Amino acid sequence: MKKSNRFGNRLLMALVFLFLYAPILILIIFSFNAGNSSSVWKGFSLAWYGKLFHNRLIMQSVYTTLIVSFLATAIATVAGTFAAIGFYAMRRKLRDSLVTVNNIPMMNADIVTGVSLCLFFVAFFNGWGSFAGWLNSIQSVIVLPTRLTLGFGTLLIAHISFNIPYVILSVGPKLRQMDKNLIDAAQDLGCTWMQAFWKVVLPEIKPGIVSGALTAFTMSIDDFVISYFTAGSSASTLAMTIYGMTKKRVSPQINAVSTLLFAAVLLLLVIINVREARQEKRAAENRINL
Amino acid sequence: MKNKLSRLAVPYVVWMALFVVAPIIMMVIYAFSASNGGFTLNNFVKMGAYAEVFIRSFKLALIATAICLLVGYPVSYFMSKEGPRFQRMAMVLIMLPMWMNFLLRTYSWMTILENNGLLNQLFQKIGLIALYNRMTGADLSYFPMMNTQGAVVLGMVYNYLPFMILPIYSVIIKLDGSLIEAARDLGAGSATVFRRVILPLSLPGVLSGITMVFVPAVSTFAISQMLGGGTELLLGDLIEQQFMGGAYNPQLGAAISLVMMVIVVVCMLVMNRFGEGEEQAVML
Amino acid sequence: MSKELIRLHDLCMAFDDELVLDHINLYINDSEFLTLLGPSGCGKTTTLRIIGGFLVPTSGDVTFDGVRINDVPPHKRQINTVFQKYALFPHLNVFENIAFGLRIAKVPKDEIDRRVTEMLQVVSLKGFENRQISQLSGGQQQRVAIARALVNRPKVLLLDEPLGALDLRLRKDMQNELKRIQQQMGITFIYVTHDQEEALTMSDTVVVMDKGRIQQIGTPEDIYNEPKNAFVADFIGESNILNGTMVRDGVVRMYRREFQCVDKGFAPNEPVDVVIRPEDIDIVPVTEGQLVGTVTNVTFKGMQYDIIVDLGGFKWLIQTTDHSPVGAQVGVKIDPDGFHIMKKSEYSGLFGDYSSYSEEYEELADATLADEEESGDEE
Repeated sequence: MKKSNRFGNRLLMALVFLFLYAPILILIIFSFNAGNSSSVWKGFSLAWYGKLFHNRLIMQSVYTTLIVSFLATAIATVAGTFAAIGFYAMRRKLRDSLVTVNNIPMMNADIVTGVSLCLFFVAFFNGWGSFAGWLNSIQSVIVLPTRLTLGFGTLLIAHISFNIPYVILSVGPKLRQMDKNLIDAAQDLGCTWMQAFWKVVLPEIKPGIVSGALTAFTMSIDDFVISYFTAGSSASTLAMTIYGMTKKRVSPQINAVSTLLFAAVLLLLVIINVREARQEKRAAENRINL
Repeated sequence: MKNKLSRLAVPYVVWMALFVVAPIIMMVIYAFSASNGGFTLNNFVKMGAYAEVFIRSFKLALIATAICLLVGYPVSYFMSKEGPRFQRMAMVLIMLPMWMNFLLRTYSWMTILENNGLLNQLFQKIGLIALYNRMTGADLSYFPMMNTQGAVVLGMVYNYLPFMILPIYSVIIKLDGSLIEAARDLGAGSATVFRRVILPLSLPGVLSGITMVFVPAVSTFAISQMLGGGTELLLGDLIEQQFMGGAYNPQLGAAISLVMMVIVVVCMLVMNRFGEGEEQAVML
Repeated sequence: MSKELIRLHDLCMAFDDELVLDHINLYINDSEFLTLLGPSGCGKTTTLRIIGGFLVPTSGDVTFDGVRINDVPPHKRQINTVFQKYALFPHLNVFENIAFGLRIAKVPKDEIDRRVTEMLQVVSLKGFENRQISQLSGGQQQRVAIARALVNRPKVLLLDEPLGALDLRLRKDMQNELKRIQQQMGITFIYVTHDQEEALTMSDTVVVMDKGRIQQIGTPEDIYNEPKNAFVADFIGESNILNGTMVRDGVVRMYRREFQCVDKGFAPNEPVDVVIRPEDIDIVPVTEGQLVGTVTNVTFKGMQYDIIVDLGGFKWLIQTTDHSPVGAQVGVKIDPDGFHIMKKSEYSGLFGDYSSYSEEYEELADATLADEEESGDEE
């Protein structure tokens, strides 16, 4: 009875994983297809990989995606960590209301965030245009650009905006778990505010910062909707390029680029896991030695 | 003393005012504006013509959420009963697809569901289509699966299932084992333990899973355009068309977004209220 | 004791209009072991945090060696703290925790090694240098916290309920250990606790606090033998506190009877509180008793029996080595020096009646006290 139960459980999980991974596997398999169909196998070939590297549109969008994701993650991690510490130090009432605002981008549908940012940027650019025009007309020392458009800058701002809440979400609990007296203890032992932060607080919340950064990066890589509304026509992420292609005909080059990205992520995960396992092993050995 | 640290949040508070609050205010202003800038309620009146889209969006999103829950809950529960290594591996496997942009994964489904796609090829090979034709007297050379509501729901389930599993799993895994032992000690059998202890205590995870699936599902536009072929218009498509498509009308788009946001917020508030009540009942 | 080191002058502290410290005046001598004793929320931790520099008083002054230090930040004070629950840095090992303050002060490396090793010896933790904090027991963590503070050679060590998290046995050991370390190092200890026994065992001076005010300052003997009011009498040890009238010097009236006592200096017929310690009461045959009552409860306590005797409706706690059965009529006898007379205060009538006495009640009270202490004083 128990055994068959367990078998049933595992069968369900296996089916779910099959469901999750079958499309990805198919995507990968057909990146090696000699023909240009994504459903008819014509033999093994690496041709699409060769073509991929010469496709400026795709390479450019991969580049944009990576740059935006890395930059947005880095900025959001630093800003989010400081914000989380600030929130932690606040009086509860103020903190609660700010946290509610902070949660808006996470709870809102992506399309609402994207649309509202788009409207805001456009309105801001209009206002800026008239201001710059007026300023340029009354003086000639500084010449301001009058026409700003959606592009890489707005894309980056949007990504930072929706990443910070995730960083705060994962740093906040680490701060709250920290012994309140640690900061006092550091100061008591001669640390200034700055030293207490670097030597005590930061090492304590590091796991939260790392996982926050990881979540932020995932969100950036996975995002399509918000980028779509805030990037304009001058910048294009990989997701936007793919979306544009699905309206016409998708080239197996897309399969090739997905395969490469997937392999990169897999490699990264393996490295992280191996390192973690090694650290755990070392910790275990230490414990035994003592 | 501590207040000194709170100044660290000031830059981000300014940022939030600029890029979270101001855009939403902007959206509200647009929703109540005519194209010449004057105040109007016309945008909301016009929306009546799209009632069908609203209904379809909520229907498909609800179905997708229900399927995710029905599949995701048992998976989370069974996972939590496995060994730690298995659990860790399973978590990685569930997160991993998210690192691949969801458009790529959805695109892969297109190649599977196409008329001459992989599934239809498979059905042909094993004679399923011929069998179907003989039994019903139809004359199909393939099963039409693309561009249907079913395909859209499948796409939603596929993309958002991890969002259901993760929160439920993380709540179940934190359940205090002694609670289950206590329930057993008080004479509850496995089924009762599950129904009276585990299920109510995992409700917060279920609720957050439901929100995390329902909100993106009801507002999606890429999935419906790729798997629904643009024939099954959803709210997301409608909004997108007002900004990017031929029917350029950002005021109407803002109004639809606003209504959608309000509906979602109200749903969530109601659900959380209901959830809190449940939790208190459990505490008592 | 020698010269004065720290003085608190008219110290007041308010959080959100709530007065937590109400005109505290106190001086602390060099090399003294001083204990701030009181229930949760009495302001003792707040006082300690002001001395440590973690709080700035609303009004009043703190002076150190004659210099006003109200606004000197904690890292510039020659004072170190052993925190409640220790606040050891989890990411550093034992050695690095102890060396932390020296590294901040940029002490040369070989001197750090020497001083940390020396401190490890003082707190009997030699050989634990490379342990992680999570691998230590509560008592060991406690020692690390003390070493981490003392290695900086502070003039004053502040200890905030340092033994609260330890079990009873360990607590007793650590009490002796702390006293030994204090004498060995010859520095001032300011110790906060809600445990009266701890305070009496270790201190040179005990400061009893309640409701943000100092109730009494004195040596442990003074505090125990000459409590100033019903609060102190009840908080320090067990006390029967009764209403009485001071007829004249050396004579107190209660139960419509006059008793000989040794206290003087009250107005004729002044209403007073009479404190009688349970161990100062003898149970005697009915015929020899000054008063006669009925035993209502007997509890065996190991060293003695706790006997509750109903004397005219007021229940007395009597501690004696002789057993008396419940329901027995007994006589009660008190020597003149067993009476302690106090002026009436705001606490009169609140304490010292054992009508609701039970062991469970006592334990419960202790448990809630310990719990509240963590949050109570902080916010």
